[in-house]
Amino acid sequence: MDVTWYLVLSALLFSIGAGGVLIRRSPLVILLCLELMLNAGNLALVAFARDRGDQDGQIFALIVMVVAACEVVVGLGLIVAMFRRRLPLNVDEMRNLRG
Amino acid sequence: MVQVAFFAGAIGAIAGAVGVVALRNPFYSVLALVVHLVALAGLFLLLYAQFVAAAQVVVYAGAVMVLYVFVAAYVGAVEEPIWEPIPGQRLLAPLLAAALFVELSIAILGTGLSALDSEGPTVPLGFGSPAAIGTLLLERFLVVFEAASMLLLVAAVGAVVLAGRRVPSAGARGEAPGQAIGPAAPSAPEPGGSGVADEHAAGGVP
Repeated sequence: MDVTWYLVLSALLFSIGAGGVLIRRSPLVILLCLELMLNAGNLALVAFARDRGDQDGQIFALIVMVVAACEVVVGLGLIVAMFRRRLPLNVDEMRNLRG
Repeated sequence: MVQVAFFAGAIGAIAGAVGVVALRNPFYSVLALVVHLVALAGLFLLLYAQFVAAAQVVVYAGAVMVLYVFVAAYVGAVEEPIWEPIPGQRLLAPLLAAALFVELSIAILGTGLSALDSEGPTVPLGFGSPAAIGTLLLERFLVVFEAASMLLLVAAVGAVVLAGRRVPSAGARGEAPGQAIGPAAPSAPEPGGSGVADEHAAGGVP
């Protein structure tokens, strides 16, 4: 398979994730869609690593996984804190910081 | 054979991604993401990234998804309101996503990188194996490796601080009506009753 196929698939998955971030309101599902986008980036990195015959892209993908795990941990901690304080789990109603 | 594997993985990944966005229940969205991640791990195997594929299954589909499932079960299903802050958001968002896809596809297909139309160079044996990745991580990317471990440590501490703070929430939410009424009512008639009420309230707090 050509590497182009993987890159187009990565672009499609990234677009689906971006559309999900725009459509959904629940912060939990928005985090899931962010995971989709990060994984699309991972697929592109690994595809480019295959394209260049170089393993550095795979290291990048692993580091992206670490960063995604950190983001999940902090984001889910925020969601649990919001739930405990009986705040609405809806990104449109959490607008106290809006200018 | 490679084509069949690629299209099977691609269909699984796309179906999982669409499921994450389209399913109403967050719990089902998490399960769809598991399907997506496992399909992506298969695609990584096709690209000779064995260690990344294994880490994807173990770390992502295993550990991170358990965290998501736990929080989805803890929070429960959240109904999304019909009310829209931006008019036409549900129509505009897919259009913008489609425009993004078209733009990215033009960038990929019209690129000057010549090697993209091939399968890539023939790779040596052990390309992407745990040994090769480990050697790279501990020699060339040692600083990156340590920075990643530091980041994980900070994130773990941050999660404990964010989710483990229960004193203000428990005091402000659950006990607020009882404390507002309790000391005010018995303290006026007789002091003995207030002590009992306070003891009762103090017993209820933890």
